[in-house]
Amino acid sequence: MANKIEHDAVTGRQTTGHEWDGIKELNTPLPKWWLWTFYATIVFAVVWCILYPALPFTGATGLLGYTGRGEGEQALAAHRAATEPMLERLRQTEIEQVLADPELRAYAVAGGRAAFANTCAGCHGAGGQGAQGGFPSLADDDWIWGGKPADIEQTIRHGIRAAEDPETRTSQMPRFLADGMLTAAQVNDVAEHVLSLTGRATDAEAASRGAAIYAENCAACHGDQGQGSHEVGAPRLNDQVWLYGGDKASIVRSISYARGGVMPAWGQRLDPAVIRMLTVYIHSLGGTE
Amino acid sequence: MGMLDAPDRHELEEVSTPLYANRVRVYPQAVQGRVRRAKWAVLAFCLAVYYLLPWLRWDRGPGQPDQAVLVDMAHGRLFFFWIELWPQEVYYLTGLLVLGAVAIFAATSLFGRVWCGFACPQTVWTDLFMWVERLIEGDRNARMRRDRKPRWDWSDRARKLAKHGAWLLIAMLTGGAWVMYFNDAPTLLRDALAGDVSLAVLGFFGLFTGTTYLLAGWAREQVCTYMCPWPRFQAAMMDADSLIVSYRGWRGEPRGKARAAGAGDCVDCRACVNVCPTGVDIRDGVQLSCIGCGLCIDACDSIMTKLGRPEGLIAFETLNNLAASEAATAMLPPGAARRGPGMAARQAPRILRTRTYLYVAVLCVVAGAMLAGLALRQPVGLEVLRDRAPLFVKLSDGSLRNSYTLKLSDRRHEAATLAVTVEGLPEGTHLQVVGSEASDAAGRPLVTTKPDGVAEWRLLVTIPAGALPQADSTDVTIRLLEPAGDRSLASQHSVFLGPKP
Repeated sequence: MANKIEHDAVTGRQTTGHEWDGIKELNTPLPKWWLWTFYATIVFAVVWCILYPALPFTGATGLLGYTGRGEGEQALAAHRAATEPMLERLRQTEIEQVLADPELRAYAVAGGRAAFANTCAGCHGAGGQGAQGGFPSLADDDWIWGGKPADIEQTIRHGIRAAEDPETRTSQMPRFLADGMLTAAQVNDVAEHVLSLTGRATDAEAASRGAAIYAENCAACHGDQGQGSHEVGAPRLNDQVWLYGGDKASIVRSISYARGGVMPAWGQRLDPAVIRMLTVYIHSLGGTE
Repeated sequence: MGMLDAPDRHELEEVSTPLYANRVRVYPQAVQGRVRRAKWAVLAFCLAVYYLLPWLRWDRGPGQPDQAVLVDMAHGRLFFFWIELWPQEVYYLTGLLVLGAVAIFAATSLFGRVWCGFACPQTVWTDLFMWVERLIEGDRNARMRRDRKPRWDWSDRARKLAKHGAWLLIAMLTGGAWVMYFNDAPTLLRDALAGDVSLAVLGFFGLFTGTTYLLAGWAREQVCTYMCPWPRFQAAMMDADSLIVSYRGWRGEPRGKARAAGAGDCVDCRACVNVCPTGVDIRDGVQLSCIGCGLCIDACDSIMTKLGRPEGLIAFETLNNLAASEAATAMLPPGAARRGPGMAARQAPRILRTRTYLYVAVLCVVAGAMLAGLALRQPVGLEVLRDRAPLFVKLSDGSLRNSYTLKLSDRRHEAATLAVTVEGLPEGTHLQVVGSEASDAAGRPLVTTKPDGVAEWRLLVTIPAGALPQADSTDVTIRLLEPAGDRSLASQHSVFLGPKP
């Protein structure tokens, strides 16, 4: 405050003596109740600090014993309790009946979408689009171990080549070149034959040589027309979807060194209801059989 | 009381003004007159609408709320008579707020602070509370006497208690009416009487009860002067042609006794100050604390009538007219001689000004846009969300599939079955809706809508390998048809994507 009382020339009011670039602040007294309101907020803050954990580095938990983590846990517990009846219905209902029940299906698609983003999207991509190099698309109609909802549920539960689950889906393609079962020339011929299954052979002679080798070494699993087999997880070779690449170099590599992806057995980590919801969600992507 | 004998500020000696001021209590006196009657009418209308509107019924058919005005938070619906708004249409509320703001701007530019003085809830409820206070505690003088007493006797205490009880009762009715707008009123009242109300209802009831009691009973003019932002910038809407509550200084000055020679018409009776709900002296001119309620006009008119002088010493008047009258009467002696020439110098206030044209134009544009939007609302809406992961799916036979999420909103209250078509794709394109096996005679998949809600369906569109489009992006139109008659109800544009050629 200025020592000398100043008056504003225009209004005749006293100024506070505060000046900014030649502009002086008039003294317009604040009502006292406003001041008391301000003091009340200070009291409020003090009370707050006593009731809630507000003081840093003291470890003080506050009289109410409130923690953000505790609140989160309560919210989670409440959420679990609220969803439990629906999850129990899902556990008790076979997958085909879930798909036939609009209410259960809508619930499972929504829940499955969230669970998918959490557990599956890392390999299979958002929306189940898959990725080159052994991560199958779940939106197309090409299924290695079977695309019926029950097959998919089985796959999610027990995984593929999952060491931790004795019931896992497993099969092993031989490493034809690496283990000396075929020569490089023979591998080339078989590759030409495989290409011919989708009408893409470049060397008809090699393809016909390869047909004999294929019938002897490959047809048992992949089928004589390359139609594949869900029982042993042998992919179709006569379609347009190639998990590890459909060009000749990729096919040669597959025959020479074999392929075989791995998927965890989720039955040991996820609630059966969640696995059912994941199945329904994957079914909703449109590619299931 | 301090207010009466507070020394004029110019008489203060050089004492530093304190930084914090004690509140000067205002004891408004009862007043009768035209403005007061208008204020009672506005008050009665506003309060009647507020308290009774939730009880108005409006038949919307079975399963629908029958309350005329209802904000249904649980189901996300706003009902206003025949209009039902969904949360995604909140822009109608925005439009309403814009309309309200511009209407207040327009009213202010024409008539000053009529909103503040007549229709603002703070003014309406304060007026109601003051009326109750007057009924129980008596008029200005009785109240001032009571508050100055060093000790209250039993009658004083009983009156104070009765007043606060009545205020709280009104406040509770106000808070009670508020929650009725968000719940079915009869049901809520029944539940409340049975002691069964949710914490949210109780919380809002308490909040509005408390604020009504506090703001209308205790804070009153302090809200207008210190809390409300509107008085701070309302001057921007007013100009010299706005009709504002004004003291005709050219006629009233110099103030003096009724029979004093050379005195103007103002007898300095302070009636205008005594009736003022914010405690200002209108004779000081336009000021922040004046809410433009015009009660001083009634007070002054009644005094002038008693003195046999014409009314209108204080009136709704423009600054232009004040200046014109001032100029016309400057040379005349004060008092009766000034009245005729002063009033003759006035001109009819200019209603049509650039700013009023602009305000009306904005009002018309916004109101027109809202009306057009309401009138053109379709009962069935379609939103199409293209799947982006994956952009497209190549199937084992080489065909290409795109998938779309269809959101079908249906405002009607019965489920409808609609056919889906996709235009712009080659022959042989296959449509499939996940979860719906049904199709009509033409092979188009059928979907059902959700009554008064949004149904979600996934549409799979597959183009066979032999007919794939050349471009990586093809424009398509997804359309909803009534199966019978093929009438198109809604459509959306989207694209069908494939690999780059």
